[in-house]
Amino acid sequence: MELLLPAVLNGLTTGAIYAVVALGLTLIYGVLHIVNFAHGSLLMLALYAVYFLHAATGIDPYAALPILAVGFFALGYVIQRLVVQPVSHGKDQNILMATLGIAIVIDNGALALWSSNTRTIDLPYAFDVVEVLGAFIPLPKAIGFFAALGIAGVLWIAIQRTDLGRAIRAVAKERQGARLVGIRVEHIYAMCFGLGTACVAAAACLLLPTFYVTPQVGYAFVLVAFTTVVLGGMGSFPGALVGGLLLGVVEAVAGLYLGESLGQIGIFVIFILVLLFRPTGLFGAKAA
Amino acid sequence: MTKTLNRRAVLAGATAVAGTIAAPAIVGAQQAPIRIGLLHPVTGALAREGSQCREGALLAIEHINAAGGIKSLGGARIEAVLADAQSRPEAGAAEVDKLHEAGVVAIQGPFASGIALATTQAAARHNLAHLVDVGVVDTIVTRGLSNTFRFGPGFGAITRAALDNLVRLNDGAGKPVQTVMVIHEDSAFGSGMARLMNEELPKRGFQVVETIGHPSPQRDFTNIALRVRQARPDLLIPSNYLNEFILMARTLQQQRISVKGIYAVLGGAASNIRFVREHNEAAQHIMDCNHWYDPRKPQSQAFAAGLAAKSIDLTYETMLNYANMQVLADALERAASRDRARVIEALASSTFNDHIMPYGPTKFENGQNTGAQAVNTQIIGQRIEVIFPAAFASATPVFPVPSRG
Repeated sequence: MELLLPAVLNGLTTGAIYAVVALGLTLIYGVLHIVNFAHGSLLMLALYAVYFLHAATGIDPYAALPILAVGFFALGYVIQRLVVQPVSHGKDQNILMATLGIAIVIDNGALALWSSNTRTIDLPYAFDVVEVLGAFIPLPKAIGFFAALGIAGVLWIAIQRTDLGRAIRAVAKERQGARLVGIRVEHIYAMCFGLGTACVAAAACLLLPTFYVTPQVGYAFVLVAFTTVVLGGMGSFPGALVGGLLLGVVEAVAGLYLGESLGQIGIFVIFILVLLFRPTGLFGAKAA
Repeated sequence: MTKTLNRRAVLAGATAVAGTIAAPAIVGAQQAPIRIGLLHPVTGALAREGSQCREGALLAIEHINAAGGIKSLGGARIEAVLADAQSRPEAGAAEVDKLHEAGVVAIQGPFASGIALATTQAAARHNLAHLVDVGVVDTIVTRGLSNTFRFGPGFGAITRAALDNLVRLNDGAGKPVQTVMVIHEDSAFGSGMARLMNEELPKRGFQVVETIGHPSPQRDFTNIALRVRQARPDLLIPSNYLNEFILMARTLQQQRISVKGIYAVLGGAASNIRFVREHNEAAQHIMDCNHWYDPRKPQSQAFAAGLAAKSIDLTYETMLNYANMQVLADALERAASRDRARVIEALASSTFNDHIMPYGPTKFENGQNTGAQAVNTQIIGQRIEVIFPAAFASATPVFPVPSRG
């Protein structure tokens, strides 16, 4: 039992990162009603951005967060306006294929440019730990946890309290109605894609101090992020946050008791159980 | 009948003699290079190790060519044909076919055991000599493949040395270690090691309290560190590759795990100078039983100087690949032929002793060099010191290690 608390705390810190990735995904789904297959590839791209920015200028990943969030917001906005929207012709299945195409281009581009070597950054505080109830939490993971909660909070307020947020919610609920009252629906779509991509950049900044980057790294997270989104309820913010934290804990605890090779099973057992007994996800009823 | 010696005859004779003397040099300059396939995983999870292997082999080729190439073949130079096994056995096997088409005389590589099992078999189809540089799994040389040679020690020999030296180390320090925990990566290499440790350690008076497997790559070692804390073993025996070894050592330090020793057997990082340099605190006093060269030999000094000049890290991957290329060059010299069967024969009858490893003359039995042995090292300060066998030792072991507190 003395292992359970440290494992749960470790799971929470990992889960917070899952939650930030999932927040971006659920935002894009909630409004555009599409599953963004390029999400993992954009995460990988953001991790490389953090890595190269650090290598070139020595800038700390946490300090890079605002820069990269703005940069990736712009990237997301442009991808939606210039690629996804023109290709889709208003059909959801076309959007799906467009994001899949973007994913393939980014993945193979990264492989060609940067090879599949593993890259990490070494920070002076990487070994510092915070002691919580007798458990040692590495400082970068603790920072990541609170930053993730902060990001979720800011997004929540932005959606609930700002004009942009109201417009996003209006478009999500009733596309035609929103257009009738003068909301530029295409702009809102692109804003959502941009915000979702900015989330991925934020997750990358929080992740790299304790992790590595390879061209394949996105898949490790995007599968969990999809699971998180469905688990929490498609399009639900609280669902993404709680779902991410829950999956982090489940993964850590399952890894502890079932062994590292089998630990991932826990995630999908929970996933299947939730879908069986609550098909709309944990917070799905409210969002639907 | 008299024969007159006039000026014309003397000139003609002199030209003929000079031509005969100069001929080998001219032929040598015209000799086509001997192509050797260097097959290593230079991308993917094992990219770092594979690249180190390649550098070691290339340095040897450079030295051999600078010393006049293969003299029995008219001073032909060795030319490396580089191939990438992409850290995957099937990719490695596919590269063997390409190397065959490129006309190589022999193949050296491919670092990992799992890949070696596939590439040696693929090379056997083309009757291509395959020198296995590092892959330690014993089945590599027990499948009756006549083209396959391993100059370095196999699993059995290394673990035997590791276990004998562990007993020696523990007895010498007054038996502080009774319980052991094994942490291994879950492919052929790590799992085989874990199985063997579980069989052999109890026979030598150690109790294995827990054995933990993990995949490569492993994202997080926190759980494993927590289980170490719970099981409280006296000694940790890890068997994993570089990235995981570093991640593990760092997590153990972060979690303030204190044990009487970390005794790696073929540890991914414990004999890696980059690990010592970049993570010195986490690396302190970690012991390893691994491949290592004999630094006192004159060839070894040329080797180390060559690496230093190119700013390449001194690792066992570079050592073994350098030595393997030396063995291969000697075999080519004796074969005096590019014929694949002759090269295989020459390797099989090798008694080469001029290499950088602490082995003695080469003697292949069923493809395995019987004189090959591993040594024990320990990270002390900024250096990797040899602590066993006594004949090569450069330091006395620090054991049990000071507590991390």
